Amino acid sequence: MTREEIKTEILNIFSRDFEIEKPGLDDDLRQSYEFDSVDAIELLMGIERFLNSELTQDEKKMALEIRTINHIIDYVDGLVRVREREAHA
Amino acid sequence: MNGRRVVITACSAITPIGHTRAEIVSSLRGGVSGVKPLREDHLLSKVIHSQVFGTVDYPLDFDFRRTFRKTMGPVAYYACQVAKEVLEQAGLPPEFVTSGRLGVAFGSTHGSPTVQREIYKTFFGGERSEFAAIGAVDYLKSMVHTTAVNITKMFGITGRVISSSTACTTSSQSIGFGYESIKFGMQDAMLCGGADEYDTTTVAVFDNLLACSTAFNDRPRCTPRPFDRQRDGLVVGEGAGAVLLEEYEHAKKRGAAILGEVVGFACNNNGGDLILPNRAGISETIRLGLEDAALAADEVDFVSAHATGTKMGDVIEAQAIHAVYGEGPLVTGFKGYMGHTMGSCGAIETILTLYMMQDGFIAPTLNLEEPDEQCAMIRHTLELREEPIRIAGIENFAFGGVNTSLLIKRFV
Repeated sequence: MTREEIKTEILNIFSRDFEIEKPGLDDDLRQSYEFDSVDAIELLMGIERFLNSELTQDEKKMALEIRTINHIIDYVDGLVRVREREAHA
Repeated sequence: MNGRRVVITACSAITPIGHTRAEIVSSLRGGVSGVKPLREDHLLSKVIHSQVFGTVDYPLDFDFRRTFRKTMGPVAYYACQVAKEVLEQAGLPPEFVTSGRLGVAFGSTHGSPTVQREIYKTFFGGERSEFAAIGAVDYLKSMVHTTAVNITKMFGITGRVISSSTACTTSSQSIGFGYESIKFGMQDAMLCGGADEYDTTTVAVFDNLLACSTAFNDRPRCTPRPFDRQRDGLVVGEGAGAVLLEEYEHAKKRGAAILGEVVGFACNNNGGDLILPNRAGISETIRLGLEDAALAADEVDFVSAHATGTKMGDVIEAQAIHAVYGEGPLVTGFKGYMGHTMGSCGAIETILTLYMMQDGFIAPTLNLEEPDEQCAMIRHTLELREEPIRIAGIENFAFGGVNTSLLIKRFV
């Protein structure tokens, strides 16, 4: 899965689940879009559905630092790479 | 007990007989019923004997932003709508709303049953892998204090939160506990009320207890029939009501319109059976309310009776009213118009009483055509009367043996 595909899906999630259209990739989500703790939990569930894979507790804790769309793309990209490595191991 | 004066500076209701003040007053004056056929719900409606419901069947235009909608089930939509209208009507300065001096007392019978059903469907109908379909917000939408905290979130209210959930006395307790919070100086204003959404679970519960009306399924508007010889049980309904209570000097200083004054409140328990009404317990609540208001029984000229239309409940209530008030005040049971709106009934009945108090009329008990002789000892309102109400008592009683009595006074 490419970074561009991840970006497209994350933007789809934001549009579909959070009614946030075309957010700036480096905008602070809380300040710019009222993205709060409830949204963060919903986002993690959206990511699980997207990856068709349950996130570990440690992976969920890593998401606490996320502030922007670019952070989310980095985060999901990392998850994808881990799962790809595990699949090939 | 002495304390600060507490006045009502705004009110709003969503009821089966209308939403705006004009619609509701028109329905009361015109004898319009909001009871309709029970809707198909693909779960219980086919097995419930009572096929009537006090229904809000007109469109409501909610314009809440996503950040608020995401934690709201249907009951919170109702609650936030009346809360919004009350705050707009009251015109409180924004800095006061978020100051911590405004609190919220708001509840519902059991949160959002619509959302709870969806959660249970997933739990009991699916595999463990499907549990992830239960969203993080589902608890926030369904929990018992969902109405109160969605209101605080929407308006940034930081004062105390009281979320009563005592079935039929939910919102009368909200108003009563809100009144006490201001009276004794804990808050300067309280946004108080209750809401309940369309729900057949509640109908099924009362249906199983043989407490629901079934004889008028083909003529919904003819039931419930509080105090009437032909009454055959209650009709469950939906709705919401909210009032803004404010400390009198605070309201006066800012030039607020004062709709009425809360002068007394009492709440007690029957201390025994959780279902059967109890004459001694109800009479005592009414007496305690009068004591709190420092009023004599003969100073009260109108009583809004709980009067659900059940065989036994109405008789016990009529006896209790008579025991305290004799044949003094006119008595109306508003549930004849809209059924029993459960957690919102106390607030809605308070608001209806306020409207009548302001407009100088007393609506009759709808469907009370021939008073049952066992209920005949009190002064029933049998026809529309153009006469003033100076002091009114609002009575509500709930499963669990909880009783409340509110006393409100016309503000002059």
